[in-house]
Amino acid sequence: MKWTLLVIVAVLALAASVVLGPAAVPLNELLRSDIVWNLRAPRALLAFLVGGSLGVAGASLQALVRNPLADPFLLGLSGGAGLGAVIAIALHLSGPWALPIAAFVGALAALGLVYRLGLIGGAALDPRILLLGGVAIGAFAAAITTAIVSLADAAELRNAFLWLWGGLSGASWDAVLVVALYAPIPLAVLLAASRPLDLLALGEEPARYLGADVEAVKRRVYLAASLLTAAAVAVSGVIGFVGLVVPHLARLTWGHRHRALLPAAFIGGGALLAIADTLARTVVAPRELPVGVVTALIGVPVFALLLRRWTIA
Amino acid sequence: MSPLLRLTNVTYRYPGAPRDALSGVSLSVGPREFHAVLGPNGSGKTTLVRVALGSLAPLEGRADIEDRPAQGWRRQELARMVGVVPQREDNLFPQRVRETVLLGRYPHLSMWGRERAEDHAAVDRALAACDVTDLADRWLWTLSGGEYQRVRVARALAQDPKLLVLDEPGMSLDLKHEMGLFELIRGLVDTQDLGVLMITHDLNLAARFADSLLLLESGRPVASGAPADVLTQETVQAVFSWPVSMQTIDGRPQMIPLRQTKESRA
Repeated sequence: MKWTLLVIVAVLALAASVVLGPAAVPLNELLRSDIVWNLRAPRALLAFLVGGSLGVAGASLQALVRNPLADPFLLGLSGGAGLGAVIAIALHLSGPWALPIAAFVGALAALGLVYRLGLIGGAALDPRILLLGGVAIGAFAAAITTAIVSLADAAELRNAFLWLWGGLSGASWDAVLVVALYAPIPLAVLLAASRPLDLLALGEEPARYLGADVEAVKRRVYLAASLLTAAAVAVSGVIGFVGLVVPHLARLTWGHRHRALLPAAFIGGGALLAIADTLARTVVAPRELPVGVVTALIGVPVFALLLRRWTIA
Repeated sequence: MSPLLRLTNVTYRYPGAPRDALSGVSLSVGPREFHAVLGPNGSGKTTLVRVALGSLAPLEGRADIEDRPAQGWRRQELARMVGVVPQREDNLFPQRVRETVLLGRYPHLSMWGRERAEDHAAVDRALAACDVTDLADRWLWTLSGGEYQRVRVARALAQDPKLLVLDEPGMSLDLKHEMGLFELIRGLVDTQDLGVLMITHDLNLAARFADSLLLLESGRPVASGAPADVLTQETVQAVFSWPVSMQTIDGRPQMIPLRQTKESRA
C-alpha cells in the first residue's frame, strides 16, 4: 500500500515536470513537442535519478557515520566538486562535459583526501574522523573556490555561483544515459550492504559479533555512497537537503531496515527532486531558480522539525 | 567432545602498551558448561573475550573455536556459532523488540534473501526462552534495564549459537533483575546444551551460578577451577586488595567485604 502510494507520487511528480513549464504545450501535442522531448523529459528523468541517488547516498552515509543528521555533502564532496567546477569556469573550458568532468574530478579528489584522513589511526575508517575530515577538506576547497571567484569577472562569477547552488538546466539525454549506466553499480553495492548497515546502527563491535565484516562494509559503503554523490554533483551541482530529509521521511514510514529504506529513499528522493526542479523552473518563469535554493527552502524547515523530534525522543 | 572455545597459554599486548594485557591464560569452555571470568578493573577480562573471538590475534599461544583458530573464522560463520551480548551498544534508531531480536538471524541469511519462516520461528523461540514474548511489540526505549538485557540475550539466542558470551550482563541491574538474568542463563546452559562464557565483576553471583571460575589479575591467571577452590579468603583479599570474610551458601563460597580496621590499614 505505502509502496503503491510512493510510486504514484513519483509518477505524478514526473508527469508534472513534463507537463508544466514556462512554454505552454497543449496536452494533445505533448508527445510530439520538441520542448517536451528534448528539454523537459530528459530533465525530469535526470532530476529523478539525481534525487534518488542523493536519497540512497544520504541514507547509507547516515548509517555509516552513525549520525542520523548526516548529509551526503557533509563529507567534503560538494567543496571538491565546487572547486573543480569553478576552475573549469575560470579556465573557460568549453564543451558540454567540461564542467561535469571537472566537478567529478574535484569530488573524487576530496573523496580521496577525506578517505585518507579517515585511515589515520589505523585502517578503522573512524566515522568521527570522516566527518571532521569532510568538514575540513570542504572548508579548504571552499576557501580556494572563493579565492578564484573573487578574481573572476562578473559573468563568470554569476555562472560559478549558480552552479554551486545546483541546477538541472544542463540536462540532456546524454547526461541521463551516463547517469543511468553509472548509478546502478554503486546503488547495487549499497543495497547489497543493507543488512550489515542495519547491524552497524548497534555499534561496530556488536555488529561484528552479529556477523558483519565491519571494516569491509565501511569501506564499500563509504566509497559507493561517495561515488554516487560525486556523479550527482557532477551533473547537477550541489543540491542540498535531499540526501538529509528524504532518508528521514522514508524512515518514518519504512522503518530502519535498509532493505526497504534504500529503495524507498531512491523513489522518494527522485520524486522530491523532480517536484523541486519543476518549482525551480516555474515559480519565477521565464527566469529560473537554482534547484538547490528550492530544496534548501523546503529542506531547512523540515530539518528543523526533524531535529526537534529527534532531540525530544 | 572437543571444547567450543579454547585458549592455550595466550599472551596479548596492545601495540605500544608497556605490559601484557594477558599473559599465559588458558581456558576451555564446552557444551553445558558455565564459565565465569573474574577480576578487578583492567585485569584483562574484555581483552580475553576479544582474543577468544578472534578480534585480536594472540601474541603467543592459541585461541581456538571448535579446534580452528578463532582468527580463521569468517565473521558470519562465527556469528552462527557464538552469540555475544556486549557490554555496551548503541541504539541509533528507535526499534521494536522483535526487530532487534531478528537482527540475530542475520548471520543465517544470504545477501539478497528474505527472512524465512524458520527465522521467525527462531525469533519466537528466543523470545520465549528469555520470557520476553509479551514485550515483542514494545519499543526498546520503553523497556527497563532488566527487560532490555533479556532482550539482548534473546537476540544472541536467535543466532542459534552453541556458545554464549556475555560481558558484564548484570551491570546496573537491581537484585530481582540480576538474579533473574543469572537464573535465565543457568537455565539455558542446563536445558539447551549451551556453553556460556561470562565476564563479571560479581564474585558472589558467579560463585553461585557458574561451574568454573577464572580469576585474573593484571592479565595473569591467579586461580581457576571450581568456585570453592578459586574464591578463598587469601586469594580474594590479595587480588582485590581489600579485607573480606568468606561464607558458604548452597555449597558455594560467598564473599562479604569487611570494613577497614586499623590493623588492616597498616
